[in-house]
Amino acid sequence: MRPSIVLLIAVGVLFAAGTILLLERTLTRVLLGVMLLGNGANLLVLAAAQPGSPPIVGTADPAEMTDPLPQAMILTAIVITLGMTAFLLALAYRSWRLSGHDEVQDDAEDRRVRELAERDEGSDAEDLDADETETVEVRA
Amino acid sequence: MTWLVPLPVIMPLLGAATTLLMFRRPRVQRAISVSVLTATLVVSAVLLVLSADGPLVVAVGGWPVPLGIVLVADQLATLMLVVSAAVTLCVLLYSIGQGGADGDEEHPLSVYHPTYLILTAGVTNAFLSGDLFNLYVGFEILLAASYVLITLGGTENRIRAGTTYVVVSLLSSVIFLAGIGLIYAATGTLNMAQLVGRLDALPDGVRMVLQGMLLLAFGIKAAIFPLSAWLPDSYPTAPAPVTAVFAGLLTKVGVYAIIRTETLLFPGGRVADLLMVAALSTMVVGILGAVAQSDLKRLLSFTLVSHIGYLLFGVGLASRAGIAAAVFYTLHHIIVQTTLFLVAGLIERRGGSTALDRLGGLARTAPVLAILFFLPALNLAGIPPFSGFLGKLGLIQAGVDDGAVLSWLLVGGSALTSLLTLYALARVWNLAFWRSPVSPDATPLRSPRLMVTPTAALVAAGVLLTLAAGPLYALTDTVAGDLLERTPYVEAVLP
Repeated sequence: MRPSIVLLIAVGVLFAAGTILLLERTLTRVLLGVMLLGNGANLLVLAAAQPGSPPIVGTADPAEMTDPLPQAMILTAIVITLGMTAFLLALAYRSWRLSGHDEVQDDAEDRRVRELAERDEGSDAEDLDADETETVEVRA
Repeated sequence: MTWLVPLPVIMPLLGAATTLLMFRRPRVQRAISVSVLTATLVVSAVLLVLSADGPLVVAVGGWPVPLGIVLVADQLATLMLVVSAAVTLCVLLYSIGQGGADGDEEHPLSVYHPTYLILTAGVTNAFLSGDLFNLYVGFEILLAASYVLITLGGTENRIRAGTTYVVVSLLSSVIFLAGIGLIYAATGTLNMAQLVGRLDALPDGVRMVLQGMLLLAFGIKAAIFPLSAWLPDSYPTAPAPVTAVFAGLLTKVGVYAIIRTETLLFPGGRVADLLMVAALSTMVVGILGAVAQSDLKRLLSFTLVSHIGYLLFGVGLASRAGIAAAVFYTLHHIIVQTTLFLVAGLIERRGGSTALDRLGGLARTAPVLAILFFLPALNLAGIPPFSGFLGKLGLIQAGVDDGAVLSWLLVGGSALTSLLTLYALARVWNLAFWRSPVSPDATPLRSPRLMVTPTAALVAAGVLLTLAAGPLYALTDTVAGDLLERTPYVEAVLP
């Protein structure tokens, strides 16, 4: 089987554009990136099938028919992408409602741990262990 | 008895539909979910017994085997089914208890039950699938449900953490789908048993690309080190039962997919060394992250990432002893990690927070809670005679038997990780339980018996895993033998 080069270039462009958009901060662009990537993957699956006449019994010789399985898989994948797109849209809308923007935020706790490390302090353990020995002494 | 095989997928799906219809009647919803998951547990246990005589195969819809979708219940799948059904049932009971105690304000219960059942269906579908595309669908079912559960209630914090999780998971799904497309283009089939012969016939380079795509997709889901950064950020913000079930099951579904594909589809090859390096870095980086954390839930998330490294270590060794130990460790880790997250939820109710600098004195004020934390913590750290110790011992023995330099490095790495896990959990014990209370003004929320009992049941299951370790280890050893031999699986599907 010889896949169509035009189809494969289209897949490459979709994947490249999708990846760039996925690396953006705003969720709306990320959403567009996910859609492009999803469609790129669908086209890739389509390229896996031998092109031919429609796979309907009685209309053509079975040897000349295209392979229907990848198309069935793409249908499933399209439905899944649709659901995910709807969910991401809802997520972006909710984020906009709550915080006035739809930017993907940093992990606040992560930043806190990093600041502790920069000041060369342990995450709370040392000071509190000191407390702990004191109380033991008092009890003793 | 093959008609039992699709039931663990169908029952939760039907249950989800009925609970969705019953959205106005929380009591009926609860009754349906509990009975459906109990039935799933029973069916899974029966399947485990039946699969001892060889894998059970069902061609869905009656399509002849390589054409239609097949469900394959071999011993690996049924073992995972039993443990996951037990864990999901316990977590469901826990969440019902929590909902009852809180008056349901924070948890929109009408969505919770259907979504939870769909998550279960996705997990069981992934375990039973004998077809790569059906595995993809199983992943998508469980991921879609997990997106809803992780953003449950839609508070600002959960939306923030959920966004990262959703985007990263979507990326891994796209990679998986592209990998499936390439595998189909190269071999013309997606039936795993049929793929065995056809993949072996491919040139090495093509095989390695296909294997790399699948490993990348599963690696993100299983949270293997360079692909694990999303996990400690997103899991802790979800409600306690949701975090517990995610920690126990979702990453293990990724690990299951890795075990299945590495043994059945891509045995041998140079990628095993890559897996070993990934295992070492996952262990060490994960546990160093855990040591630095000051919040209990985040600390547990990092230990979760770190211990995925142990599972990969066994898979990377690709020897019978290594895979047997990895399967045993997976079962142990599902139970123990879920238990610890459930206990973290109880601690949060008791002490008002999971920040370690605000907790204290729980050993005196809540002795039952202390015991519930202490046992699984020792188990996770691998203190003898617990199952965590047995699993690690098995892995280390398998590594020593292998004898390569990389295996010795990993033996050292796993011992170090085990020690650091003990250090991290001992810190939690010292701060939250041992020292005197820091802020006595925190008013504890009530923890009803329905939350404590499932947690205690899972702690007991963890201990039981130790008592039954002999027969269980013998079972995982035969599982590993069958996986490496490949013929039992292939002959069952394509007689």
